[in-house]
Amino acid sequence: MTVTDAVYEGQDVRRSPKETEESARLTHRRALLMGGAMTAMFAVLGARMHYLSVDQADQFKLLAEENRISIRLIPPARGLIHDRNGKVLAGNEQNYRVVITREDAGDVDAVLAKLAHIIPLTADDLDRTAKEMNRTSPFAPITVADRLSWEDLSKVALNAPSLPGVSPEVGLSRLYPRDTDFAHVLGYVGPVSDNDLEALDTPDPLLTIPKFQIGKIGVERWLEDQLRGKAGTRRIEVNAVGRVMRELEREEGDPGSDVRLTIDADVQNFVQARLGDESAAAVVMDVTNGDLISIVSSPSFDPNLFVRGISHTDYNGLMENDHRPLANKTVQGVYPPGSTFKMITALAALEAGVITVNTSVRCPGYLEFGGRRFHCWKRAGHGAVDLEKSLSESCDVYYYDIAQRVGIEKIAEMGKRFGLGIRHELPMSAIAEGIMPNRAWKRERHNEDWRIGDTINASIGQGYVLTSPLQLAVMTARIATGRAVVPRLVRSVDGKEVPVAEAPSIGISEDVLRKIRSGMYAVMNAERGTAKSSRIADEALLMAGKTGTSQVRNITAAERARGVISNEQLPWNRRDHALFVGYAPYANPRYAVSVVVEHGGGGSTAAAPIARDAILRALSDGLPPLSAYPSSQRNRIDSMLKKLPLRDADGRAPDSSRA
Amino acid sequence: MSFLEYRVKFVPTGLRKVLHLNWPLIVLVTAVSAVGWLALYSIAGGRMDVWAGRQMQVFALGAVLMFIIAFVPIWFWRNMSLIAYVVSILLLLVVEFFGATGMGAQRWIDIGGFRLQPSEMAKVTLVMMLAAYYDWLDVKKTSRIFWVLIPVILTSVPTVLVLMQPNLGTALILLMIGGTVMLLAGVSWWYFAGVITAVGGTIWAVMASRGTDWQLLHDYQFRRIDTFLDPTSDPLGAGYNIIQAQIALGSGGWGGKGFMQGTQSRLNFLPEKHTDFIFTTLGEEFGFVGVLSLLVLYGLILLFCYVSAMQNKDRFSLLLILGIAANFFFYLAINLAMVMGLAPVVGIPLPFLSYGGSAMLVLLVAFGLIQSAHVHRPR
Repeated sequence: MTVTDAVYEGQDVRRSPKETEESARLTHRRALLMGGAMTAMFAVLGARMHYLSVDQADQFKLLAEENRISIRLIPPARGLIHDRNGKVLAGNEQNYRVVITREDAGDVDAVLAKLAHIIPLTADDLDRTAKEMNRTSPFAPITVADRLSWEDLSKVALNAPSLPGVSPEVGLSRLYPRDTDFAHVLGYVGPVSDNDLEALDTPDPLLTIPKFQIGKIGVERWLEDQLRGKAGTRRIEVNAVGRVMRELEREEGDPGSDVRLTIDADVQNFVQARLGDESAAAVVMDVTNGDLISIVSSPSFDPNLFVRGISHTDYNGLMENDHRPLANKTVQGVYPPGSTFKMITALAALEAGVITVNTSVRCPGYLEFGGRRFHCWKRAGHGAVDLEKSLSESCDVYYYDIAQRVGIEKIAEMGKRFGLGIRHELPMSAIAEGIMPNRAWKRERHNEDWRIGDTINASIGQGYVLTSPLQLAVMTARIATGRAVVPRLVRSVDGKEVPVAEAPSIGISEDVLRKIRSGMYAVMNAERGTAKSSRIADEALLMAGKTGTSQVRNITAAERARGVISNEQLPWNRRDHALFVGYAPYANPRYAVSVVVEHGGGGSTAAAPIARDAILRALSDGLPPLSAYPSSQRNRIDSMLKKLPLRDADGRAPDSSRA
Repeated sequence: MSFLEYRVKFVPTGLRKVLHLNWPLIVLVTAVSAVGWLALYSIAGGRMDVWAGRQMQVFALGAVLMFIIAFVPIWFWRNMSLIAYVVSILLLLVVEFFGATGMGAQRWIDIGGFRLQPSEMAKVTLVMMLAAYYDWLDVKKTSRIFWVLIPVILTSVPTVLVLMQPNLGTALILLMIGGTVMLLAGVSWWYFAGVITAVGGTIWAVMASRGTDWQLLHDYQFRRIDTFLDPTSDPLGAGYNIIQAQIALGSGGWGGKGFMQGTQSRLNFLPEKHTDFIFTTLGEEFGFVGVLSLLVLYGLILLFCYVSAMQNKDRFSLLLILGIAANFFFYLAINLAMVMGLAPVVGIPLPFLSYGGSAMLVLLVAFGLIQSAHVHRPR
């Protein structure tokens, strides 16, 4: 190494000194630029830190102070549900409860023991509290006791100093003031279950609040999104023992939307009372717009029991009742429509042109086909029968005959056109589709060929045909108006009317429909009409309808031999279903009605009177006017109406004063 | 005397290299790490065995690595660059197909109980690779399109692999490191202007893609962007981390609540308090003064890196040191901006402080390279 080498000290031999120097200078220049940017970023970070921990320190200190500041959700008030006239069907009542916060309580067991001396606590309460504590974070409040009386709540408040971490709270819980009247329509709310949470992709944080209630079935469930509302938040400051000292910030949530149904609570109540203890269903529908005025399934149950947590005894009682109070028979129950289906068979035949309104069929009391006798209900036969007579006297043979001519495909198609065998979308649970059978259906379902005998059975609404009371009401409304009326249950949400589209024409000529209607008129008003005893006498309110009696089972040869054919002699659950469909006023139809009384016997005796009372109740402002009934029946009707256990104007049940 | 491509008059040999290490840098790194041990000790509620003990073990292991690397001449490491780069790309491919999944992303390979994160490694190997490339490249060609394309590809390969994991934060850092080394090497400004325009356009495209079928980011990433813009919109969900972090930092005030007195972290209000959000604990317990001191320590580390780089006439060493310093800076700047609520929450640890083996080891290895470059600088 020589002194001259010093010039080259550190010199890259691959590059010329000039190049090396230039590139190094460029890099240094850019490095300094970058250093400047870094310094600037450091300055920004320092300034931000200064802003947070010096300028805003007081605010943040407050927020962090021993973590006594917490953010809590304010559950929104659930939307109310009203009837069509604004009567409350589902409301919210104040609910007093006591909550405990583990972090503030210190010795939880000791505090709970003390609390148990002040208010009644069951072992179950304590057990559940302990379990919940293990699951949640120490600063989350846990409900110890619910639905306390005001006195108990005051006691807890008074003893607050000796109960660290315990605080009395007021919340809202669901109340159904007209309990049994709307159990099937509204359903009920209940605490969020794990299943509910799993079904959602992004659960609302509200659902994580312990005991938060959401709709489980019925309108409460299907309109959950509208009814729930949006949570508010509040930042609160609590002191060393967990008592809320003050609220720092409160952002109110949005309460749920109020929903107005199409149902008239008073009509609903009347029909519910009128069905009494029967296992039955009744639907009253406004034929002009599809509004369901009342939709009643009987017997009913008290949905408030489910909100509060139903006891095992109550639940088992409901489950074991052979009248199935939990089932919503109006939409969920499907029955063979029996003779109420005859309008469809007739319409199919008329529309196909295989008969005319004047076609006459001779009824000897039975029809023989393939070596089998299909009986008319009237053993002696009806003689010569035309369309009107076939309806008014409900001749079966007429339909056996015309059904063979038109075939099952056209009948099924006509049934669907009139709303049978299709699902009507309503915010209710377990809406049944029913069955409108045809060849393809039988092939798919039973893997068998369709037989003419099946058509004959279907022609009078027996065999495979199954319909729900709602579908029968829709069918009747469509016959009455000639329009494809669609049922609806919700009138307005949050004050905004749900629009009703003008129902399109059903596409059947008015002449044909008029003939069917006049047949239905004769059912109630002609000398030999099957529902003559249930007619309306008031000229302005005249009613048209059709009775139906559907067999639940086949009468075996052995039974026939023994001569057991009368309904009264059979056990209840093997008796025939009684059905009736109708509408009124005949001249200017307003309401359609369908009634199914399970195992009620004959449609004319069990179902038609109920239908008449229901439709008269819907047509009048109060109880059905006696003047509308035939004079011979007025005394009987009067005493029957007076005995009905109706609610008063505020919706209180008649026996609640006694309770 | 000369070795390889340099004429030098003096090179320390053997144990005498110890005297020529950049000791201030070692002291600073140790000091920052020690602050981390304190914080971890405090967050664990005064326990060594939870996090602090393990973190010290990792540091010890890393320090040994650092010294070993420092003693090996820098030109050896330069010659190893390509191999190191290829190995890290292979490892990234391995995690892509066989790696364990954490938080919905494939990020590590389990090697005998030690979780290796190749994405961490890639940050250093990428700097090495690019520095070696520009050391080799004829300076005059630096800005020619073909020779610019090569480092772009070298940067893109690990970036895309990391993005597929998906680890947005690390991918961004890789991109920035690549860009930084290219900038330092002297690539024309025009390229950068072009890229900035393109990136701006891409951001616009990404935001515009939201909710469409060809959505470019995960929903959770979009939500993080939303939360950044308005953390209070979701105080119990996505905004919770940011709000709680700011409460912790802000409540520290001038002097802090005192060692082991931080309530936010100790009562579990802070998520990730021992990893990405560890800075909030320091802010809460040592206040503005403590935080500022830490920032000064970080600033000094960067300053000493700069000084060492500027003294170094070896092009590889110069670019390597500055590249590693930039990497270090990106880590801490993004992390701090994140916890202070200035940037979206991306999973970036705070260098030398956050609990975690891979990041600590890789950082110490990187500083080992800086030491080697410092010891073996041509003089």
